[in-house]
Amino acid sequence: MTGAEALPVGERAQDERYREQVRAWLAENAAEYSEPREYSEAELVAHSKAWICRKHQAGYSAIAEPTSAGGAGGTARQAAIFDQEEAHYHTPTFTGVGIGFDMTMAAVKGHGTREQYDRFGTLTHRGDITWCQLFSEPAAGSDLAALRTRAVKDGDNWIVNGQKVWSSWAHHADWGILIARTDPVVPKHNGLTFFLVDMKSPGIEVRPIRQITGKSDFNETFLTDVVIPDANRIGAEGEGWACCMTVLATERNRARSGPADADSPGSVLSLIHRAAATARDGGTALDSRAVRAKLARWYVREQGLANFGRRIDAQEQAGDGLPPTVALVKLVSATLLQETNAFLMDLDEYAGAFSSDEADREDVFFQYLWSSAMRIAGGADEVLLNQLAERALGMPGEMRADKGLPFNELPY
Amino acid sequence: MNFTPTEEQRLLGDQVRALCEEHAPPQTLRELITDNAPWRRELWDHMGELGLLGAAIPESCGGVGLGPMELAVINRELGRAVAPVPFFSSCCMAAEAIRFAGTSEQQARWLPDLAAGRRVATFAWAEPSATLTARPLTTSIDGNRIRGAKTPVPDAALASLCVALADRGGKDCLAVVELDQPEVERKPLNGFDQLRHHAAIELRGAQCEVLQAKSGSGPIRALFDEFATLLAFEQVGGAEAALYMARDYTLQRYIFGRPLGSYQAVKHKLADILAALELAHANALCAIETLAMGGRDSRTAAATARIGATGAYETAARENLQLHGGIGFTWEANCHFHYRRARLLALSLGSVEVWSDILIDALAETASPPRAA
Repeated sequence: MTGAEALPVGERAQDERYREQVRAWLAENAAEYSEPREYSEAELVAHSKAWICRKHQAGYSAIAEPTSAGGAGGTARQAAIFDQEEAHYHTPTFTGVGIGFDMTMAAVKGHGTREQYDRFGTLTHRGDITWCQLFSEPAAGSDLAALRTRAVKDGDNWIVNGQKVWSSWAHHADWGILIARTDPVVPKHNGLTFFLVDMKSPGIEVRPIRQITGKSDFNETFLTDVVIPDANRIGAEGEGWACCMTVLATERNRARSGPADADSPGSVLSLIHRAAATARDGGTALDSRAVRAKLARWYVREQGLANFGRRIDAQEQAGDGLPPTVALVKLVSATLLQETNAFLMDLDEYAGAFSSDEADREDVFFQYLWSSAMRIAGGADEVLLNQLAERALGMPGEMRADKGLPFNELPY
Repeated sequence: MNFTPTEEQRLLGDQVRALCEEHAPPQTLRELITDNAPWRRELWDHMGELGLLGAAIPESCGGVGLGPMELAVINRELGRAVAPVPFFSSCCMAAEAIRFAGTSEQQARWLPDLAAGRRVATFAWAEPSATLTARPLTTSIDGNRIRGAKTPVPDAALASLCVALADRGGKDCLAVVELDQPEVERKPLNGFDQLRHHAAIELRGAQCEVLQAKSGSGPIRALFDEFATLLAFEQVGGAEAALYMARDYTLQRYIFGRPLGSYQAVKHKLADILAALELAHANALCAIETLAMGGRDSRTAAATARIGATGAYETAARENLQLHGGIGFTWEANCHFHYRRARLLALSLGSVEVWSDILIDALAETASPPRAA
């Protein structure tokens, strides 16, 4: 890749010293995470926070962020080096950490005040709090701006009523990022405002949603007369949609690391080895032309994603920003995940639909189920196709029945 | 790898694009088909004057001394224009084969003429009813005589020189054959793509000279990896042209009171093609950089590029015609150039089925990845 080889020798040496220092620290402090571990949800949350706290004390949490916001005041290259080294361990983390470090902080940094960033940045980067996202509603998914949760000004406070859904891990979150309608007489995108809400506030009830996996990663969150101080509003009244866009751009960018590494368990290369080890008709499944054609197609797609990622990384590093084509990454990788896990079941024929001691089918079942959520969450396939067409090819936007109408005059 | 073209490569691409627009616009392509003409000589001559034909040929042999990356840049533009010149045959296949497998004396003998465009060369690998990887080859070399049938051979009527793939004592080898000799017969073929003429070549003990620096299936396979990678760029260029032709048409065509391109059925189709194209282009860039660095994985990278680019071009060409509606089926619309060319290129260097086998076999040979529980 670009980066390292393009650096002056002095900086490269500095980077290497930093890497050595990180390695030594991880060897001492992350030893207990050198192997994967099983956790209950509560344990995972506790371990995640404790790990952030330990990194914070050593100056390895939010490395590139200012110390006033709980960061280490270092450089983006140091942060990347730490991430690379930490990836050699199975350190604990969960959705609420990413929502805080990446998505919430992007919104607060981009739209909030310096005081807000310092206060919430410190709490987050120190591992005191984790976050959940209170965006979608039962009647507002892909059309998020149609949301109905109301926030009404009351002196220095806002009173919030409504219902949110798909809030990942909200039952373990300390704080949430919330988008609510503060002005219903203007067109829908203009009447929204962005808030930070303490999940322990009276009037918040989090109910788990039982998913098709049988687990409950997501929740529905009911807000009844919840009081939010105006000091926890991010950006101006009516700036909520812009804040949401900042958050969602961060979320999609995170999805960029979609495709599996060549040697990871879900990679197409591992599928090829599985097919070669599966007996069929006196030979192996890899003798089948149909199987080969599918594997070749998937491998080409998987490599395409990896190479596309390298290409846009290079563009980003050159200061060109991310191209709108980045939307294709989640689009392609979610379907690839669905197809390849279906194939892993197909390989074992009828038995592929049943758990077994010899094969890790539970994980395949889970991935196949999970892929269906991947095709919906953070921009459904259909939304992403529209985005690609409109932003990358310049096709016209959708005809909108609600265009320009005040929210309270919409027919639904 | 950084997958980012240099400023020089960008300018090179612009230069080739402008040449094609000037000397081989769609109307010219139609005239060439009507006249059954095998090329646009004028475009070729201009390319020669600008040094483009010797882009990858060493300076010591009259070339510019650049590398495969520059050939790729040129090919992408020629693919975009369905340019009627034997660049792939002469500059990508024949010249690269001579550079790759020829001794320095052999390179010095043939490459200057190819670099200057004084002669056109081609490359003959295919044999009747045989796939790219079928062995043994029926064309064989004994001493300095070559015997057998090579078909189809691209641009064979334009070429006076041919690099032929043949069997020599049970091993693959490459030999240069002068085509204007009595023991060589060229029979024109009736091709699906009317803009790239092919012929069947009969070699009846014709005189040849073996390229001596490299032989055997391993090294020669590496040469085909380069061909596949370069051809992927021609396909990527064609796919880009077809996609943007469809985009432009559906934006200006109105139907039921709104642009055709405002319908989701159309937008989603275009977005799918764009995604396939972006992945194919990224894979082609990975393959060319792997090649330029002499990487170990050039086989899998080349096969990946070949399969991805073939799929992207075929889809783009088909759906471009589809989105034009009835007008797309007419001679006056430009969809048919890509519709035919995409099929030819899908077959001209081994089919997707053959390359899938090459890819899967190469990957299956790699060490089993460590499996997490």
